Amino acid sequence: MIPVPPAVQRIPWKLIAILSGITGFGLLVLYSAAGGSWSPWAWQQGVRFLVFLSVALVIGRFPIRIFEDFAYLGYIGVLILLIAVELLGFVGGGSQRWLNLGFMNLQPSELMKVAIVLALARFYTQLPPGNTRTWTALWPALVMIGLPAALVMLQPDLGTALAICVGGVIVMFCAGLPFWWFGGTAAAGIAALPVLFSMLHDYQQKRVLIFLDPESDPLGAGYHISQSKIAIGSGGISGKGFLNGSQSHLDYLPEGHTDFIFATMAEEWGLIGGLGLLFGFFLLLRWSTRVALKARTRFGQLTATGLTMTIFFYIAINLMMVMGLAPVVGIPLPLFSYGGSSMLTIMTCVGIVLAIENDSKKQGSRLS
Amino acid sequence: MLFKKNKKSLPITEAWRGLTFTRRALLVGGGQVAIGAALATRMAYISIIDNDRYVLESESNRVNLTLIPPRRGWIVDRHGKALANNRVSLRIDIIPDRLHDKELVLGQLRTLLRLDGDAMERINRDLKAASGFQPVAVAEDLSEGDYASILVRLPDLPGIAPQRGFARNYPTGAAVGHLIGYVGAPNAEEYQKDKDPLYITPGYKIGKDGLEKYFQPMLKGTPGAKRVEVTARGKVVRDLDTKSDIQGQTVHLTIDADLQEYVARRMGRESGAAVVIDCTNGDILSFVSMPSFDPNSFSDGISNSEYAWLRADDHQPLINKATRGLYPPGSTLKPMAAIAAIEHGIDPSERHTCIGGYRLGNRFFRCLGTHGSLDMPSAIMKSCNSYFYWVAHRLGYDAIAPTAKLMGLGEEFQLAGSSQRYGTIPDSAWKMRKYHQPWSASDSLNAVIGQGYVSVNPLQLAVMASRIASGRRLYPRLINREFKNEALPFSPEALATARHGMDLVVNGPGGTAGRSKLPLDGIAMAGKTGTAQVRGLNTGNGKGGTWKFRDHGLFIGFAPVDNPRYATAVVIEHGMGGSRAAAPVAKDFMTFLFDREKAMEALDTFEAGWGGTIKERMDRDYAVWKSGASSDPDPGVPQ
Repeated sequence: MIPVPPAVQRIPWKLIAILSGITGFGLLVLYSAAGGSWSPWAWQQGVRFLVFLSVALVIGRFPIRIFEDFAYLGYIGVLILLIAVELLGFVGGGSQRWLNLGFMNLQPSELMKVAIVLALARFYTQLPPGNTRTWTALWPALVMIGLPAALVMLQPDLGTALAICVGGVIVMFCAGLPFWWFGGTAAAGIAALPVLFSMLHDYQQKRVLIFLDPESDPLGAGYHISQSKIAIGSGGISGKGFLNGSQSHLDYLPEGHTDFIFATMAEEWGLIGGLGLLFGFFLLLRWSTRVALKARTRFGQLTATGLTMTIFFYIAINLMMVMGLAPVVGIPLPLFSYGGSSMLTIMTCVGIVLAIENDSKKQGSRLS
Repeated sequence: MLFKKNKKSLPITEAWRGLTFTRRALLVGGGQVAIGAALATRMAYISIIDNDRYVLESESNRVNLTLIPPRRGWIVDRHGKALANNRVSLRIDIIPDRLHDKELVLGQLRTLLRLDGDAMERINRDLKAASGFQPVAVAEDLSEGDYASILVRLPDLPGIAPQRGFARNYPTGAAVGHLIGYVGAPNAEEYQKDKDPLYITPGYKIGKDGLEKYFQPMLKGTPGAKRVEVTARGKVVRDLDTKSDIQGQTVHLTIDADLQEYVARRMGRESGAAVVIDCTNGDILSFVSMPSFDPNSFSDGISNSEYAWLRADDHQPLINKATRGLYPPGSTLKPMAAIAAIEHGIDPSERHTCIGGYRLGNRFFRCLGTHGSLDMPSAIMKSCNSYFYWVAHRLGYDAIAPTAKLMGLGEEFQLAGSSQRYGTIPDSAWKMRKYHQPWSASDSLNAVIGQGYVSVNPLQLAVMASRIASGRRLYPRLINREFKNEALPFSPEALATARHGMDLVVNGPGGTAGRSKLPLDGIAMAGKTGTAQVRGLNTGNGKGGTWKFRDHGLFIGFAPVDNPRYATAVVIEHGMGGSRAAAPVAKDFMTFLFDREKAMEALDTFEAGWGGTIKERMDRDYAVWKSGASSDPDPGVPQ
């Protein structure tokens, strides 16, 4: 028997397999979406994946302490970036969501999804247990969530703002804040829906209305949802076959390589491909949820849960959108959709969760 | 601080927090699994339950169906010769939605295709009425050269769609105008009624009149379809498959195309109608109304000025006189009256003396001559009015009218594609109904010579001729339909007397149509001339003066005399007399049926005098009219 060196053992092969499986499947779909060509999307996505995977593995080696220490600093930094983007947009005379870093466009709102989880986890780690059910446990968290969410809404990017809120709220929930606060807020939120609706931009309102009745405007704003459902539905159980999707190849499906890539996949791979992909995501989320449950520190627990939720939120909203269960909000499918920003976010989440896992293994084996 | 006291009984500790975390994290995880399961279910629902619907929608996205208009069925004569067929037509259409710079494109087209003001006006009108992708025809039947000149400039002419299709063709042109009718692009109402997507395909024509309209269901055929794969932007990716069209069925007519054309040409510059019927079965061999319109012009979309020209012509080329022209039949009814007389007991050998008229009470009904003592056949030969006044006075017209009706007069026939005005055969009941007046003896006298209340159309006259000739109740037909054609309830003697009289008209000594003997050995024609007064008996003599007030010339006949094969009726409007205008025409086309060469010689001589064939004359007349019309805003009636 060849002894496996500890350095190799320490590499999370199972996780890499899950990530590579999902992304590799995505590359095939991108290859098909480009009409059977590795360019312009598939090879770039592949390279990007390798880079970000390495980054995630490196992050995974970091001691968890670092994230805890820099949680607030990182949060404030990203907040400043968000304001900077807002100002740039203001100066540039239009709304802008990203900073051009030369090699990629950085969306600070993407980073905020991670930063908010870290910052809140740190906040609740430091909060004395006795204060869990007090006002002190609530308002700083609300401010921390509210500021970036408001800034992102100004961009305006409803989907990301929601992602930030959901990530933050899940951390609050798991931190043990009274159950009825959430129930009450949810009830109040539903009651306040009309008011919130009226605060949305015209085009966002339209999207919501169209979502409720896509057939009302099949060639206009409802076009996305209608065409996406046609793509998924026409795929049937086993799909039309690789490279045979007419909806995507003939441009009926808009954004077939980004937000609506699931429809592109489903058309060619059918229900089987869809369930396979869902199973891949299930494995990924099961891993990170287990990490959360096994985490040694409270910071680790809360962070892992929050980040899991962030990844899940991407997946759930994207799939609901392409299947006509949610309005078109412009959220990509993690690891699958073509694009750097979302992959950066997801891989950062994965890296941090990996760090938490490593931490619990090291410390756990030493202490217990 | 309020919350703190409210619920809390046990202190919050690290351990409690840890337990809470685990519970809530599991709750969150469970929620996620539930949502994931819901998504999987939703996907399964879309892709399994709704699969059929979405496959269909995906196909209708992907595949664009273009209809290929079917080739129209031919209309052929009794020998299979085409009366209406199809020819290749090169056409240019405009797709309004793709037309961005209307002025530029139309200007270019106008120059390239040398379109006149008429055409431009029509295109602009159509463009205004059209919407979306419904193409508007610019020009049809382009020459190869013009078509090519558009093809090479296609990239600079967005919205222009050149096409190679088929157009209806009538080889004999105006000769079959009234018989066949014409085709045309469906109008908005027709589209609303049938909702056939073919109707908005450019170049597709439906039957608009005559047989083309009547046989539309048979002639139209089944459209083909071209399926192409298109992108969301409408770009064609590839052809999928093409289902070729199925040509419409061929309609076989009883018409003899050569005879039809000959008769039409022989009518010359006259206005009138001529019908030839086969005495063995009722087949209509020729069905002519002249002047006519060229159905080719109508089928290509007739221009306003050409239509105005046809409308302005006082010879009424737009009216089918064979079925829609009503005329007093004049003396052509005398053979029929003779049959009625014999059936009512008058001996054909009984003589009556013509003293130049007939006295009825204090009125004297004039005859055209003073014929002296006549028996029935010679009365027919001389067309003596006095003799028939005497017959009518004796029998009363109520005795004669049923015979007239048995001969087909006043009858509306079930005839494919024709609309008929069936005229009047009066009797006492009719007059009471219509005028609330009793029938008088003078009414009988007028009716028996085919004047007064009597009016018939040329088709009925031809049917009458065929029934006298055959002794059977022949029913006229244009297609192969079965009729019983049972024998007429007349004695052979009565029929023989009528035929004998008609024989004498042409071949007897001093018959009224003596100049119209057939120039053939062994084949003779029998007939009866008729001259119908247009105005009252006492205004003018009807033999000259203004065309419109001249007498109509009529002729019925059949040939050969001994074994009748063909029966005919000719009406020449304002021809000033049956023997002068109608009988010579009948003579020539009856000759044509037996000896084509001889007949053609005669026709060529006539046409040289008239100024060419029908088409040549029409083209010239139209050109003259057009030049006159353009200088004179209110053109006079052409003579």
